[in-house]
Amino acid sequence: MNHAWLLPEYIEDILPPYAQQVEALRRRLLDLFAGWGYELVCPPLIEYLDSLLTGKAQDLDLKTFKVVDVLSGRLLGVRADITPQVARIDAHLLNRKGPSRLCYAGAVLHTRPAALTHSRELLQVGAELFGHPGVEADREVLELLLAALRETGLGDIRVSLGHVGIFDALATVAGVAEADRQALFQALQAKDMPALQGLGRCLTPDVANALMRLPELYGDAGVLATARRVLPDLPDIARALDELTELATLEAGIELLVDLADLRGYGYHNGAMFAAYAGGQAQAIALGGRYDGAGALFGRARPATGFSLDLRRVVGSLPVPTQPRGILAPHSADAGLRRRIDTLRAAGECVVVELPGQETHRAESGCDRMLVLESGEWQIRPLV
Amino acid sequence: MTTITLALSKGRIFEETLPLLAAAGIQPTEDPERSRKLIINTNQPDVRLIIVRATDVPTYVQHGAADLGVAGKDVLMEHGGEGLYQPVDLNIARCRMMVAAPVGFDYEAAVRRGARLRVATKYVQTARLFFAAKGVHVDLIKLYGSMELAPLVGLADVIVDLVSTGGTLKANNLAAVEEIAPISSRLIVNQAALKLKHRHLQPIIDAFRQAAA
Repeated sequence: MNHAWLLPEYIEDILPPYAQQVEALRRRLLDLFAGWGYELVCPPLIEYLDSLLTGKAQDLDLKTFKVVDVLSGRLLGVRADITPQVARIDAHLLNRKGPSRLCYAGAVLHTRPAALTHSRELLQVGAELFGHPGVEADREVLELLLAALRETGLGDIRVSLGHVGIFDALATVAGVAEADRQALFQALQAKDMPALQGLGRCLTPDVANALMRLPELYGDAGVLATARRVLPDLPDIARALDELTELATLEAGIELLVDLADLRGYGYHNGAMFAAYAGGQAQAIALGGRYDGAGALFGRARPATGFSLDLRRVVGSLPVPTQPRGILAPHSADAGLRRRIDTLRAAGECVVVELPGQETHRAESGCDRMLVLESGEWQIRPLV
Repeated sequence: MTTITLALSKGRIFEETLPLLAAAGIQPTEDPERSRKLIINTNQPDVRLIIVRATDVPTYVQHGAADLGVAGKDVLMEHGGEGLYQPVDLNIARCRMMVAAPVGFDYEAAVRRGARLRVATKYVQTARLFFAAKGVHVDLIKLYGSMELAPLVGLADVIVDLVSTGGTLKANNLAAVEEIAPISSRLIVNQAALKLKHRHLQPIIDAFRQAAA
């Protein structure tokens, strides 16, 4: 048996009409970003592995395909996330003192699918804003994310907001060791109350109580008022809640939720975070947030916030596109016909020239009209 | 209308979940032990139950095929729990995940650092992590049932399995030598569903939490 047609698991082609839909949306999103002043960058598909792995996030290492570079003998990684590459460009190459706004669209590979039935090849599209530590930057990025979500045409969207600063403040005040932070963070992330109870026994009662409250502090912006009442009065927590209040009260036309136990990306993110969910999708469709440390590896720690989404998954949740149907033209050397075809194409029509002998396969042509010579003129008639 | 789907397994978990469902005002219209249907409606038009194998419950919930599920901690430890919320310990279907060995087997000596232990189990991932944390090398033998037999016929040194009364161990001249974790069932929730169907799911989660406390 010949299996040459077989693709690796969790790797797929994008076929018509979806490929066109992906490409059209990619262009619309990049145009949107350009309109907000975000400049396009195209980082390479492979880099030295060390440059790709920023922060403490070990899962990025496991997600990254590796090959040995025969030129340098060093280990190369196929990027599993474009964000660290863009952070490198901002920190080391552009060297701007003020804010820089960058955007990108490119393929990334994951060694293992991020979730059941996800592809291992993603088309990551995103925007990053460097150089401003204040909540105004988070706000701009959140507004751009909401605009991008509206541009996709997805229905039934919620955007969930979280903030790593609250957990960090609690863990720091309690003097929690790094290994225990990891266990606490996992229990919070799973809203695993029994595990939190067990871990909380080694902490002071007020910190333990505050951590136990976090998994239930989710819902609409009203949660933030509750959080101010029940969480300890620490400056970092107050600042985080102020930032979230500013973000959660945006007039967006998209429902904004708050989840104070959402710590996805811990070890990488250090401030406000966003996750967008769409009806019918079991995982978030867009992720983002503040990650101020990432540039340090490249010599310049810059404030940073941004978001990205996988265009393949977004398009997978959209209705099947109705493609404009084309016009079939006969194969002919007639100069009038050539002129007519050029005019139609220039006007944005799709004109397919039929090859000799292919008349029997007209149904596959994707056309619903044809050019017919009637009284010396090439007329458009319904395809029969 | 927003439909809520809850994944359950037949048998003990289903029986012990019924009172919790009742506390949330949900009553199944059929008994899965007598019906062959896999989707069971309830007295509430927007809530349905699906009947799946116990080990498949996290998969259905993680994938969003069910919004909620009831799964044993044993199944969740083996699955990894990625993408799931596990907010409530339901305190049902309680037992313990144990290491058991033939009576007279010197387990303490065998697990001394550097030793290599042959472990037969259905819970390969759980056993791997547990012995790795102890610093013991193990050869794992995946079995699908009758684990107790493996040490008796020389297939393994010890087994890792659920123990509730210890009756089966005793009948086969085995004894529990170490506890890995106490086990009970958890309410699990799909992370996206909690964001998208928050208002529908929260009352059910609250009712389960109160009834289980």
